[in-house]
Amino acid sequence: MSAPRVVLVDDHGLFRSGVRAELGRQVEVVGEADDVQPAIDLIASVLPDVVLLDVHLPGGGGQAVVQAIKADHPEVRFLALSASDAPEDVIAVIRAGARGYVTKTISTAELADAVRRVAAGDAVFSHRLAGFVLDAFAGGQASDAKPSFDPELDQLTGREREVLRLIAQGYTYKEIARELYISVKTVESHVSSVLRKLQLSTRHQLTRWAAERRLT
Amino acid sequence: MEPPAPWQRDPSWHRGPPWHRGPIGHRGPFWLRRRDGHGGPLRRDPDDRLGGGVAAGVAAWKGFSVTTVRIVFVLVTLVSAGWGVPLYVLAWLFIPAAGAEANIFSKARSDSGGVRLAVGLASLLIFVLLVAGALNGGWFISWAWPQVFSIAGLALIWRNAPPQEQATLRHLLEPLGAATGDVAPNRRSAWRLVIAAVLMAGGLGWLFSAHASLALLRPLGGVLLVIAAIVLALGPWWLRIARDLALERQAKARAEERVDIASRVHDSVLQTLALIQRRADDPQKVVQLARLQERELRSWLFEGRDPNEADEELTFAGGVRQIQQDVEATYGVPVEAVTVGDCELDENLGALIAAAREATVNAAKWSGASVISLFAEVEAGEASIVVRDRGKGFDPEAVPADRKGLAESVHGRMARRGGTAIVTTAPGEGTKVTLKMPRTMTASRT
Repeated sequence: MSAPRVVLVDDHGLFRSGVRAELGRQVEVVGEADDVQPAIDLIASVLPDVVLLDVHLPGGGGQAVVQAIKADHPEVRFLALSASDAPEDVIAVIRAGARGYVTKTISTAELADAVRRVAAGDAVFSHRLAGFVLDAFAGGQASDAKPSFDPELDQLTGREREVLRLIAQGYTYKEIARELYISVKTVESHVSSVLRKLQLSTRHQLTRWAAERRLT
Repeated sequence: MEPPAPWQRDPSWHRGPPWHRGPIGHRGPFWLRRRDGHGGPLRRDPDDRLGGGVAAGVAAWKGFSVTTVRIVFVLVTLVSAGWGVPLYVLAWLFIPAAGAEANIFSKARSDSGGVRLAVGLASLLIFVLLVAGALNGGWFISWAWPQVFSIAGLALIWRNAPPQEQATLRHLLEPLGAATGDVAPNRRSAWRLVIAAVLMAGGLGWLFSAHASLALLRPLGGVLLVIAAIVLALGPWWLRIARDLALERQAKARAEERVDIASRVHDSVLQTLALIQRRADDPQKVVQLARLQERELRSWLFEGRDPNEADEELTFAGGVRQIQQDVEATYGVPVEAVTVGDCELDENLGALIAAAREATVNAAKWSGASVISLFAEVEAGEASIVVRDRGKGFDPEAVPADRKGLAESVHGRMARRGGTAIVTTAPGEGTKVTLKMPRTMTASRT
């Protein structure tokens, strides 16, 4: 597969040029934007494979970009970056439709890997995001959960839980596959299914965070 | 022999007079203040003022709530037919502001222009009142007489008060200025005044005509009209005064907050940056300092925790965080901690935390890994912590028997409380220590 075409959206020029310099050889950076509206215009015109999106933009949250683009160009994929690990940041972009979330402290190799994985249609969870998802889906049936319309969506399977635990412990997909005696492809499908639940579930914790950010 | 001055006997004196005690809002609720009047010299408190801060000053002096003092003052004014107002103005003149040495009057004495203005205004008011009294000596006139002194005092204050208090007075005088065209009125306020004047005239006419006809309900209508006129004329101005006072207080609160943040940033971030500059040749130390600082700042910004405050009631997740901080600070190895769920610590979980600390320290000391991952999860039945590194690992068989770390601090500690410890390692493969501890059922905080 050829190098994924990437657009960088971040309001810090220094960060953009840093990422561009570091990722330069492994991905093809086709554009940069520093705010919501320029980003929407740029992405709609160049239609990249992956958008590296800062969660905090001056003209609104990164989720505004995701929502605007998803409507017309569902094939464009988003990988969210942020400096903080606040759960509401995570939930905001993921529920808007981003395929993954990593913090800015990620190493270049990991970032390049994450971009490739998102470009290939997989989900990318940082270890903190994995911990947070476990937290949000904790306890099987949380007592504060409203009657669920789709219990399937509101719970993680045992296997998904195991995969998330290992991600939270810093395992790579390959290591997880070896640890659980499954293929990397299966690990990826577990993570994608967790992502789907994260985006579609109406679990109380998720909807509460979403409601606080007026995302529902 | 003379008894000591009351404020010398007052045990609360060591807290200092109010102008040394910091800004308002930091003095505790009013029911506490009631008991700790500072007993020192009486000072006006311009920080908490509606007019000159006299009520606030008295409140701080004798330890009452300022609202109580204000209510008492209004009652006194009502009972004394308006004499409370000049009394207040005199207090404003003669009581020095907090932190100031001299009162306004001592300054006003040498201000001959101000004295002339005061006498002039007072005499003008006397004249108006005499004329009004000759026409109709109602209760209003008897109430207005004391205000001769008020207006003279206010004139003196206006001329001689510090700028802040002058601003208050300007507010008080603004509608007069607007009415006389002193402050250029815009079209809306002009209309407002015209309508007010018409209502006022109508209402007064109605009132006077009521003397002739004995209809009981008609004077009531007149009174209503007069009140409407007053509200219409002065209402916006009252609102503005209230709003400006609120804004002033907000600005002050903001300024205090800024000072707070500045000192926080100085104490932590700037100090760390200085340290980093000095340690620029030691990358390990620089990274460690930066991480520590990042964590501290993050916990302060996003979680609202003051890192300098000790955790009064340590929870499971707090204990894990503590391991992370301590190991990073002591060994300079980054620890990536993820916690899922939380609960109160009991003895079992305390042992689990202690074992995890030992395992983390071991990893930091021996593994040579660049990062240690710490994963803690609280479930309904058990709590578990996984300490993992990608370091060089070791051969468990080859560890000498006298090396107590793993055997005693981890295995022994867990086993004594019914937990388990599994160490997975091999040379070159990294090390993973999985610790599990059953929970006694307490309410979990997930």
